[in-house]
Formats: sequence, C-alpha cells, structure tokens
Amino acid sequence: MSLTLVLNGEPRVLDAVSTVADLVAGLGLDPRKVAVERNLEIVPRSVYDTTGLVDGDRIEIVHFIGGG
Amino acid sequence: MTDQRATDAADRDVWSVAGRTFRSRLIVGTGKYADYAQNAAAAEAAGAEIVTVALRRVNLSDSGKPMLADFVKPDRFTYLPNTAGCYTGEDAVRTLRLAREAGGWNLVKLEVLSDTPHLLPDMEETLRALKMLVADGFEVMVYCSDDPVYARKLEDAGAAAIMPAAAPIGSGRGIQNALNLGLIIEQSKVPVLVDAGVGTASDAVIAMEMGCDAVLMNTAIAEARDPILMAEAMKHAVIAGRQAFLAGRMAKRRYGDPSSPLAGRI
Repeated sequence: MSLTLVLNGEPRVLDAVSTVADLVAGLGLDPRKVAVERNLEIVPRSVYDTTGLVDGDRIEIVHFIGGG
Repeated sequence: MTDQRATDAADRDVWSVAGRTFRSRLIVGTGKYADYAQNAAAAEAAGAEIVTVALRRVNLSDSGKPMLADFVKPDRFTYLPNTAGCYTGEDAVRTLRLAREAGGWNLVKLEVLSDTPHLLPDMEETLRALKMLVADGFEVMVYCSDDPVYARKLEDAGAAAIMPAAAPIGSGRGIQNALNLGLIIEQSKVPVLVDAGVGTASDAVIAMEMGCDAVLMNTAIAEARDPILMAEAMKHAVIAGRQAFLAGRMAKRRYGDPSSPLAGRI
C-alpha cells in the first residue's frame, strides 16, 4: 500500500512505509543524527516504531549543519 | 609567570553557563568553511569546547552526503544549536524543539535577526522569543545588540548568557561601541560573550581584556587565508586577553616614566 506524504516540503509517494521508523530507515538515515516533526509536533526518537503515518502527513526531517 | 603556574591558573579559570562548566573561552561557529574536515581542524586548533550549529532539512535526494556530526563530533564538542533564519519567536521555538530532539540538549543560542543587509538583531522579537523558550524549558544564550537596556531586559527574562554583537555578523569590524559593551559587562550577573563582528586576534583580546566571559566567532576564522592558523591565533588571543584582565593592567600616565632608575648613574 502506498502513502502520500509531504516530506521536507515536497510531496512524496512511498511504498511499504507505515511508521516513522520505516520512513527513517527507508531513507537510509541514521536515527541518532536526525529529528522528526510530524504535522508540527516533535516525534521523540523513542516512539518512531509506534508512530504511524497517514496520507497527507507533513513530515520534516532535519539535522545539524554548519552555522554561526 | 612560570609555565606550571600559568597552567595551574588556566586550570582553575573556568566559566559556567546554565550550570555547565567550560575551560575554553572561545566558542566557534561551523559555517562558511571549505568543508567539514577543515571545520573540525579549525575547531580543534581553536581549543573550542562549544561549537554553534544550525538546523536544516536533511537533503533527501542525497542522504549519503557527509554530515557535520561525522567530522565535528558531538562527543568531543558541545553543540550549541542556533536559530539562524528564524524571524519570529514561533519559528525559534519550533526550530529549537527539533534541535533539542536531535541533540538531546537544552542549551541553545537564540538569534532573531532583522531582515536587513546589516543583519542586526530584532530586539523586540528576540525578547519575545526568549520568554517563549524559557517557558519551554530551554537554557538560552541570547545574541543581541549592544544596548545595555535591552541586555538587562534579556537577563530579567531569564537569559543564560548575554551575547552582544561587536559589529554586524560577518563584518569583521571589531568592537564598535566599547562604552556600551563595558556597561553590559558591568551590569550583568550572567556570562557576557561578544558574539559576531570579531575580525582578527586583537578584537578578541580587547573583548577579553574588557572582562567578557568568552568570545564567539565564525567568519574571522573561516574566511582567514589560513583558517587553522587563525583558529590557533584566536585561541592565544582569548587566553592573552583573559590573563591581562585577571592580571589587571597598569594605570595610564600622561607622561613618560623611566623603567631604569635614575639614581646611581655614572
């Protein structure tokens, strides 16, 4: 079953993704190096496994970069 | 001072912000470097314990790209997440909540800039954002203008540190209002750091001689012809300025005063 998300501002259709944990792993990201926001709410790393995704969710995945 | 005595004094001379104690009084940014490897080498050469970092979207089209954390390692440096690019309190809170989740850390740098070419802080919005962040449990080091009145308001609102600009971000022009900076240092009970505007080592020395607790800089190192060498120069400058502050400078005189005694001349 496919899912349509707005991921970092871009619409994306994803297969075989039902939780935040699936999404982060599917994107090849190290969960220890990113933070996830779902519909403007922080998703704590400890609940990635149990946080389900639904069509239309707005997801932001961020990390630290260089800055002053 | 013997080397041992200097070492002992340096070991004792620590500063604290929000209950955390640091030995290095030089905080460095991680922007504008040629690459993260150079960035990490500069942070090491600066002897920094804290580095500022920004929070941005992961590039999902290239998730294998090098990440800051692979070079400037969070187990070696304390990350101080900033709010660069935020123009409202709401943006700042949203960004730093994500940063807190990414880093597991509530010590942050608030900067709310005006949308102008000089990038000077929007102090009304900075103060409003600070109150929101403090209510949300953050320990906030606040980038601000060199206005002692606003600096006092920030401290009253719970700022963990006051960080006035010496000059506009990236301008490299040094301390533009030493009188105001001195007033802020004198009145503040929380640490005061010069943040932004340092251009070269002497600017950092002057800030420390005036009694700043630390200095924060990015462009002065990153845009030097040799960033690693400049990072080391800044380390020495901050130490020299701090030691001169602690030592207490001589009084100024109007006229000359000979260093060799006049008595006993042949």
